Amino acid sequence: MSAKQPRLVEVKSISKSFGNFRALDSVNLTVRPGTFHAVIGENGAGKSTLAKCMLGFHALNAGEVVVDETRITNPDDARRLGMGMVFQNFTLVPSMTVAENLLLARKDLPAFLNSREEHTRLQKFLETAPFSIDLESRIAHLAAGQKQKVEILKQLYLDTKILILDEPTSVLTPAESDEVMGVLARMVERGTLSVVLITHKLRDVMDFADDVTVLRHGRVVASMPVEQANPVKLAELMMGESRPPEPITKKNNSTPTAAALEVKELTVRGDNGLVAVNQVSLTVHRGEILGVAGVSGNGQRELVQAIAGQCTIESGEIRSFDEPFYPTRRGIRKAGLFTLPEEPLENATVPSMSVAENISLRKFDQPPFAKARWFLNRSAIKDAALAVIRNFSIRPPFPDVPIRNLSGGNVRRAVLGRDLMGNEAKILVVANPCVGLDFAATAFVHNHLVEIRNDGGALLLVSEDLDELVKLADRIVVMSCGVIAHETLPSELDRTVVGGYMGGHVAASASCKICS
Amino acid sequence: MHFNSVNLWVVAAALLGAAIRGSIPYMFVSLGECLTEKSGRINLGMEGILLMSAMTAFAVSQRTGSPWLGALTAAIVGGILGLLHGSLTELPGVNDIAAGVAMVVFGSGLAFFFGKQFVAPMAPQLPVLEFGKWASNPALRAALRISPLFFLGIVTAFVLHYALKYTRWGLHVRAVGDAPEAARSMGISARQHRLIATTIGATLAGIGGAHLTLYFPGIWSEGISGGQGLMAVALVIFARWSPLRCLAVSLFFGGAQALDPSLQALGFGGFYHLLNASPYVLTLILMIVSCSRSRKLIGMPGALAGRG
Repeated sequence: MSAKQPRLVEVKSISKSFGNFRALDSVNLTVRPGTFHAVIGENGAGKSTLAKCMLGFHALNAGEVVVDETRITNPDDARRLGMGMVFQNFTLVPSMTVAENLLLARKDLPAFLNSREEHTRLQKFLETAPFSIDLESRIAHLAAGQKQKVEILKQLYLDTKILILDEPTSVLTPAESDEVMGVLARMVERGTLSVVLITHKLRDVMDFADDVTVLRHGRVVASMPVEQANPVKLAELMMGESRPPEPITKKNNSTPTAAALEVKELTVRGDNGLVAVNQVSLTVHRGEILGVAGVSGNGQRELVQAIAGQCTIESGEIRSFDEPFYPTRRGIRKAGLFTLPEEPLENATVPSMSVAENISLRKFDQPPFAKARWFLNRSAIKDAALAVIRNFSIRPPFPDVPIRNLSGGNVRRAVLGRDLMGNEAKILVVANPCVGLDFAATAFVHNHLVEIRNDGGALLLVSEDLDELVKLADRIVVMSCGVIAHETLPSELDRTVVGGYMGGHVAASASCKICS
Repeated sequence: MHFNSVNLWVVAAALLGAAIRGSIPYMFVSLGECLTEKSGRINLGMEGILLMSAMTAFAVSQRTGSPWLGALTAAIVGGILGLLHGSLTELPGVNDIAAGVAMVVFGSGLAFFFGKQFVAPMAPQLPVLEFGKWASNPALRAALRISPLFFLGIVTAFVLHYALKYTRWGLHVRAVGDAPEAARSMGISARQHRLIATTIGATLAGIGGAHLTLYFPGIWSEGISGGQGLMAVALVIFARWSPLRCLAVSLFFGGAQALDPSLQALGFGGFYHLLNASPYVLTLILMIVSCSRSRKLIGMPGALAGRG
């Protein structure tokens, strides 16, 4: 198969265009054998395209990718030369076990499997592998972090010597991310692996990488050893002239205001039929951001879905401005209650529709988007979409492409833009709004949220990022095992106490089915 | 009729025999459909394939005098119709539900057209295995006359179970059925695997069709399948896409179908039409029980789940 040692990878002034959009422009990159090379850039800078070009997935417009004198023209060439990639979206078969997924990836799989022999082989491989994982567990039952590990294991099992990772840490908790990155960095140190890490997290670059290349708008703006870099310099290179906006300060709304959103003794069951939200009561006032902290999977998702009308409420009530809230189109418009769910591509868009159509989803039946109530005004829809694209810097800037062709960060911007443009939101329910966004975009989103609050809007902000909550929220509640376990003010927040509640150690509920 | 214990025993045996007999078409069609759906495609045309192969089996057996040749031809005809369905649905923009409905109409139309001349005569039947030679009671002996196709069905179910789990081809079929994008990224062709799975699936259904006309009473009529091809498709859902469970559920359906003749034997004759409907009622009940709004279907291939 491939060599014992990783080989030299040279990307020689490659260019790649999609239609009129130039994704890569004369990009050069050298990955020295046995090094950890980070490629950084903002959302839409062309990082993922570069990775796919390196693996031969795209036909190049110019230039070439060469591994030890051999030119790569298709994915099979890359595979033969020991290159492999862990994609942003998983390439595992959910209904199969870990073992079956590992076997599936093998090119020289025999027609009939001797399950005992294969099992011993896999076990032997796992002993040398950096993570241990139960071979018989089904992928569908694994958490995102474990899936990520299986993806990496799969590449190692395939004897990959040059491993390309596309934003691997966006689905991992910080602790998981450190573990995975640390293991890979140690393998690189031993000289058995080269890693190309695509990321926008400067911390990962500074902690683990040997070299760093910065992409901006499809061009390499700098490439240097990490010793010569520092986070401030890298951030400047990534953003160029554009600076993250100055944070807007929160106006002091000390006077008590009216309740905008009330959740009363809400109980919701999850997909698995178990109680996910248990008798939760919350009140969000006008001009307030109520933060909901907690480890994912403790009922936050179901809480947001219940408010959005995406799942059936078992008991309890949701009220907006002292009236019962029903998540119908009319009810949503009347209350001005918008929901920005997590995983926006799946939960907040129609993936096959265009960016413009998705942006108009809330208002396509209202003038000026509707003519005579029944007909769409395409040009008005397109104009509104262009305004959102401009204001929220969505890339590529075309209103007519299907929204699923956009990168994760850009989908998020489009969905945010849809709900924030026009200032019609009086109550916003937001879940993890900045996952996968670079810092300029994060600052931009945070400012919008604070602005809505300052204008008297009520926000329910569900986030796994405690720093984000401390920065934005006026009050913070901790959700654990489907109940509100703790409430605190950001200024008085004690991380050990909150961490204890988040872990469910302090939670009094003995009936917790999620944590056990 | 006297209700003594011997009689009840005989009735139980008759019920079992009828269940085995009735389960055979369900078995082959559901195993075929199970394989097809595992690859991420639905073949609703099984009813048409069943009718066409039943007619073919009868015609070949009647003309050549060889029921085995008839069964083989039926399997081949089934396979050809499956290949047709598989190729059609590979064309861009062709929906496999719509194509399946067309296959029902096409298959049954073709079978009725060519079958006209075969409505009256009798054809040589497949031999049966006598398991009741020891019994003195003629009813019991009749009940224990089992078609070899029953055993072929059992073997097929185990082979399919093994193939899906322990062969490269089986892993590939499951991969294209559950995560086509992931399979593509590993260089596994969804097209090729689906075409082969659909063809093999329809071939199996063809064997089921042969049983309909080449087993007692061994006649061809237009209503011979009675919707069993469609019910077998529903049965796969209830069996959660597992070949071994298809086997069990087929027996259950076969038993439901046998309730009526058995009860008639006991002297309850008045429920003919009602009891005839029992497999259909059972299908409806199973569909309602196994489809819940709040629970997702466990075991459903991912490529089938993603569409409305």
